Amino acid sequence: MASAIKVKTKLSGDIAEVKSLMLHPMETGSRKDPDSGNVIPVHHITQLVFTNNGKQVMVANFSTAVSKNPYFSFSFSGAKAGDRLHVSWVDNLGEKAELETQLK
Amino acid sequence: MIKAIITGLIFLFTLVVYQTTFAGPPEDRRAFVAYYESRFPDIPFAEYANGIYAIDRDARDQWLEIEEFPPYEFAIEQGADLWQEKFPDGKGYSDCFKDSANGVRQAYPKFDPQTGEVITLERAINLCRNEHGQKNLEFGNEQMLALSAFMAFESRGNSINIEVPGDDPRALAAYEQGKQFYYSKRGQLNLSCADCHVVSAGQYVRADHLSAGLGHPTHFPVYRSKFGSMLSLHQRFEGCIRDVRAKPFELQSKEYTTLEYFLTYMSNGLEVNGPGARK
Repeated sequence: MASAIKVKTKLSGDIAEVKSLMLHPMETGSRKDPDSGNVIPVHHITQLVFTNNGKQVMVANFSTAVSKNPYFSFSFSGAKAGDRLHVSWVDNLGEKAELETQLK
Repeated sequence: MIKAIITGLIFLFTLVVYQTTFAGPPEDRRAFVAYYESRFPDIPFAEYANGIYAIDRDARDQWLEIEEFPPYEFAIEQGADLWQEKFPDGKGYSDCFKDSANGVRQAYPKFDPQTGEVITLERAINLCRNEHGQKNLEFGNEQMLALSAFMAFESRGNSINIEVPGDDPRALAAYEQGKQFYYSKRGQLNLSCADCHVVSAGQYVRADHLSAGLGHPTHFPVYRSKFGSMLSLHQRFEGCIRDVRAKPFELQSKEYTTLEYFLTYMSNGLEVNGPGARK
């Protein structure tokens, strides 16, 4: 499996627009398995962090209200071509994924 | 409105005339395309490959936003990995699908003169696996969807080219069965595929618009935001049939396979643009 995060960036001036897509089931813990009737255990991303050249530019605390395979987009200023953008998430079971990309 | 009803009636009338005299697949297809041309004169033919987004402006804007970062990319990647995998005998999928470098999606479903059956892409994938000693993938399973998504992606831009060989009555019979299915009313709501997607195309069904039957199969499998996963054409058939409150058939059943054969033939000449994203 390829990385569980995808990131696309677009620079206009010193403003970087960041779009990201994550592969995650985002289970709320209140859904039941239609076949067995058992509750599907809660499993969702708790924190998503973006850093640019090591400096945090966005921190998002997710809860159960975010949909499956979340799409997350934001922009920040003070960016320049070649900056290293690092994305990582951690979920409530301690699973992690990360990705580093260069702004362009 | 009256114009729409009249064109609808003319269309149905021509169908009846065709059916009682002689209606070969090419005549059917010309009538099918001509109906939409007169119904939506502003929509160019190629646009029908985009389904409802050819008709519904608001939905189109949302869809274009989604297409900037398509949610089906994960499936394409997974499919590409599966495609590369070798069977124990050292062969791979590319050994079964000739000319796969240029894409094969546009030729499926394909009539096989040897067995006299219509072979869908999903079935062809399984036949390939069997040939190399592998078990079938379940239809609708994640790997099957990923593989077919990758194959559709590789075929983007190719024109759909389904053949109904005129010299084989079994091919024509399969086509006719699919056509019959398309125009047959079913379920508690007593609706046929054509009632919604031909006669009422573009009109509201609850809060959404009904898509045109022309171009339906070009973009499958699709990522459905509703389910958060990929969906095959036959699973979409299943959904439609459930919506008219009938009992769905099995995936890859003769009913769905012949329906896909008919429907894809109707879309001949449109570009493959799968996998797609739908809400």
